[in-house]
Amino acid sequence: MSTTDPGSAQVDVRHVSKVHLSMKGEPLLALVDVDFQVRQNEFFSIVGPSGCGKTTLLNLLAGFEQPTRGELRVAGDVITTPGWDRAVVFQEYALFPWYTVEDNIRYGLKRKRIAEGEQRRLVDHYVSLVGLRGFESRYPHELSGGMRQRVSIARALAVNPCILLMDEPFASLDVQTREYMQDELLKIWQREPKTVIFVTHSIDEAIKLSDRIAIMAPRPGRVQEIKTVDFPRPRDPTDPDVVHLAADVKRWLRGQVQEV
Amino acid sequence: MDLQGQDVRGVSEAVPVATRAAPPAGVVHGGAELAASLVPRAPSPLRRALARVGHLWLLAVFLVLWQVVSVYGQRINPQLDVMLPPPTAVVSAAAELLQRGVLLVHVRDSLYRVLLAVGAAALLGIPLGLGMGWSRRFRAAVDPLLEFIRPIPPLAWIPLSILWFGIGDAQIVYIIFLAAFFPVVLNSMAGARDVDTYLVRASQSLGASRRELFTTVVLPAALPSIFTGLRIGLGIGWMALVAGELVAAPSGLGYMINNARTLFRSDYILLGMVLIGVLGLLLDYLMRRLERLAMPWYRGLAR
Repeated sequence: MSTTDPGSAQVDVRHVSKVHLSMKGEPLLALVDVDFQVRQNEFFSIVGPSGCGKTTLLNLLAGFEQPTRGELRVAGDVITTPGWDRAVVFQEYALFPWYTVEDNIRYGLKRKRIAEGEQRRLVDHYVSLVGLRGFESRYPHELSGGMRQRVSIARALAVNPCILLMDEPFASLDVQTREYMQDELLKIWQREPKTVIFVTHSIDEAIKLSDRIAIMAPRPGRVQEIKTVDFPRPRDPTDPDVVHLAADVKRWLRGQVQEV
Repeated sequence: MDLQGQDVRGVSEAVPVATRAAPPAGVVHGGAELAASLVPRAPSPLRRALARVGHLWLLAVFLVLWQVVSVYGQRINPQLDVMLPPPTAVVSAAAELLQRGVLLVHVRDSLYRVLLAVGAAALLGIPLGLGMGWSRRFRAAVDPLLEFIRPIPPLAWIPLSILWFGIGDAQIVYIIFLAAFFPVVLNSMAGARDVDTYLVRASQSLGASRRELFTTVVLPAALPSIFTGLRIGLGIGWMALVAGELVAAPSGLGYMINNARTLFRSDYILLGMVLIGVLGLLLDYLMRRLERLAMPWYRGLAR
């Protein structure tokens, strides 16, 4: 299933399996022999029904968990711990409630020991980039869900990661805000290219955003297929090609769920 | 506060759409003006003061009832003079003791003991609790010892503590300390242990060291629990103070109550009880003020 030359791959996931222990201590197979590569500046989505291990896979990439078998590499180095080369955007934002918008964005810059003036310039830049000028000194609880997620994206981008890992970042937003955020994310990604690994359960979202989509299946979690989406952006959801691809993937996924 | 918060949210929802056309700064500026114009005008100071004391009507009814029962009851049963002096007698007792200069000494001594003891409980209890919440191994080691001592009521320590410290401030401070210590430790521990996993992960993926994780995430996340522990500790400590002073003390409100009992001055007893209640309330109020000052970000979260 290796579609790219490993040498040029930014992210290299090699025969990864992960076993979780249940509360009773029984081993549960979360991932089996997952194997794929992601190129530099590629927008790579992972879709699948719940329980297919897509969040586990992201946790492995972030370094929050260790694989039971196989290995994951970023730019040639094996992932062992979390780090700012792989910034994470969580579904529930995970903003620090005790820091203002500005200090949340500054958080990673401080940990990187970036000079004070440069910190200010970067915070300023990313506040503008995500359209939060005027809200710098607000606390997260004073913001709407969409704004919180933009802070979270700005905080992740500010540390200049090689890879942006996003775990269903727009799942808890309302439909309008979600579509707006998708457009914004694409704009940001086109302005400042980055490797993005984007976990979602929405096929439409994956097709709208991605260069390639890994389709996962549950019990045990595995990558079933990797689809390339080569329509030009911005993609019209009513475009016959897009409709066709979406229907194709959905039909296939429905079969997966019924199979269980 | 609630109203303002909602206004802010209403305005912010509109911003994403508006930013496509106009520069965000202008939109935000207009939004703030709009929000300000929507906030209802502040009521007059008189109405505000009335609204503040308005809900105290039940307390007023209670005081009037007490006065009536006490004054008219004495006509039926003269013993009520000693058994239940009226609120006015309590007030005149306060005036009398203030004039003799003893009341403030009792209040001062009691406050001093409580603040010293709770301060010591905080100084030892917060770091111990945070340590237990942070490290599972440390918790496993300390927990059995703590859980063994905790069920022993502070009052049971009084005889032994008199042998250790004699009669005086040290012995009473020790009793209050024991009472305040456990709520402080256990709440600090819970606060540090139950930090949101996602905040920890966010911090780690942004490059925080263990030390930075503790100071920038665990400590602020535990702060609300720490304050809860301090408030509970202060409350329980205040109760233990009176008990401690009832048994053995040269001064203080508990001593005042016990001494009045031997003199049949039930107006002094009631005065002591009322003061304990009022001062307890005041201490809790001050603690809440401190809490707000220390956590400006927490107000909107505590719903």
